[in-house]
Amino acid sequence: MPDLARDVAVIAFAQSHHARRVEGQNEVEMLMPVLAAVKAQAGLDQRSIDFTCSGSSDYLAGAAFSFVGTLDGVGAWPPITESHVEMDGAWALYEAWVKIQTGDADTALVYSYGKSSPGALRDVLSRQLDPYYLAPLWPDSVALAALQARACLDAGVTTAEEMARIAARSRRAAASNPYAQLQGSDDPEVLLKEPELASPLRRHDCPPITDGAAAVILAAGDRARELADRPAWIRGIDHRVDAHQLGARDLTDSPSCRRAAAAAGVADGPVDLAELHAPFTHQEVIVRRALGLGEDVVVNPSGGPLAANPMMAAGLLRIGEAAQRIGRGEADRAVAHATSGPCLQQNLVCVLEGE
Amino acid sequence: MTALTLPPALQDVEPVRSIVVPAGLRYRFTAGQATSRFLRGIATKRILGERCPACGKVYVPPRGSCPADGIPTTDQVELPHQGTVTTFCVVNLQFYGQAMEVPYVCATVLIDGADIGLFGLVQEIPFDQVRMGLRVEAVWVEDDQLAPTFESVRWWRPTGEPDAPYDSYREHV
Repeated sequence: MPDLARDVAVIAFAQSHHARRVEGQNEVEMLMPVLAAVKAQAGLDQRSIDFTCSGSSDYLAGAAFSFVGTLDGVGAWPPITESHVEMDGAWALYEAWVKIQTGDADTALVYSYGKSSPGALRDVLSRQLDPYYLAPLWPDSVALAALQARACLDAGVTTAEEMARIAARSRRAAASNPYAQLQGSDDPEVLLKEPELASPLRRHDCPPITDGAAAVILAAGDRARELADRPAWIRGIDHRVDAHQLGARDLTDSPSCRRAAAAAGVADGPVDLAELHAPFTHQEVIVRRALGLGEDVVVNPSGGPLAANPMMAAGLLRIGEAAQRIGRGEADRAVAHATSGPCLQQNLVCVLEGE
Repeated sequence: MTALTLPPALQDVEPVRSIVVPAGLRYRFTAGQATSRFLRGIATKRILGERCPACGKVYVPPRGSCPADGIPTTDQVELPHQGTVTTFCVVNLQFYGQAMEVPYVCATVLIDGADIGLFGLVQEIPFDQVRMGLRVEAVWVEDDQLAPTFESVRWWRPTGEPDAPYDSYREHV
């Protein structure tokens, strides 16, 4: 990563209790406790936050400009400087990081949320495909992931056994994460006896459908040192995209992830832990290879997206979880990864370090 | 547009210039806790707003948060069924699906004690006599037709009181 103009750190992180269906609450009601918690943790109120950026999707809410409704939970008076991305919150964090780099802000609130429960998520996600050749066929998100998994098995990138081990490891790790939706798992050998859901994927290979939210506060330089005991410094951050047309891609690889990892400087030092946004088990193998992570790297100690996968928030959760472990002194150097789109189409990589 | 050289088998085929691909998704909308309290109130002929504990403003219908302070509105406030027209428009255009006969009046009504106006129809007065400051009251559907929908208020009609002074609603115009 080239020298950055300013050091920027994650200084606070909060999340909701992820659930299959957050009953009765609208999006702003689900989000407000998370926003209150992250601001309390940083010791900041909205007036002392220079920039606010959110990530969400109208397709999940089934309403146009739905993010405007959740701004009601921010406290936008007197008028705030605010932006929104129709993407995972990890990309909202990237925008906030750029904003701080320009010198226009020293602190930023980043939040994202998704209630997948109002619609049929597998069909909703098909709307992000190209509108001429793929979207009219309504291939659902699990079916597309299954095609990718089949390609991985055929190419020898992974095995059904390794995929089952990833599922079991993730959900067992989630047992110590009070916010996770799925906790605990049968042994991999037991999982492999289950029928296939979308061949070759079994139920355990797929992420849960989740309603949830996440929020992070960023601060620059001495402001970060003043507000947090151990800020998690962003030493590198980059995002890349592969071809939109799935037929133009080698689904067993993730060149965009590899390029983002190189630009973010993943290989510039030892990695203690990685929080990877690989919603399907086989995708963890692809991402791990693309990032060049060794066998000794602890992956997804939070349980990762296989334990809770709130759309639009699960990527930001990875950055928050990694930063939190640095803040607690459990890691010195961590990699957080976020993805968006079908079959790992877009990838963001963030390298975090303690001082 | 660049001319394409098609294989012989396709040369007499009419080119596809556009496609129509209808798409529909169904959603189960959640009004939320605060709006649900409001709607349940409407079904019993009560108008329930919610007050911000920080700035004291009363929102109706409530969405669960104070948009100025970004905190939950916690106190429920039962509001009267009277208010003031702050702004209005006369609808002269007939359109498909229209329930009302033109011309008719849509207005923003500031309920007494509320800090935000809500949308409604004004009836039982000639359309060209509706004005800012007009005092109005809710006209409800029959009791056996009350339901958790704002359509339970059929429209607003003049109370006959003198007009409200402009200063009493100038913050809401």
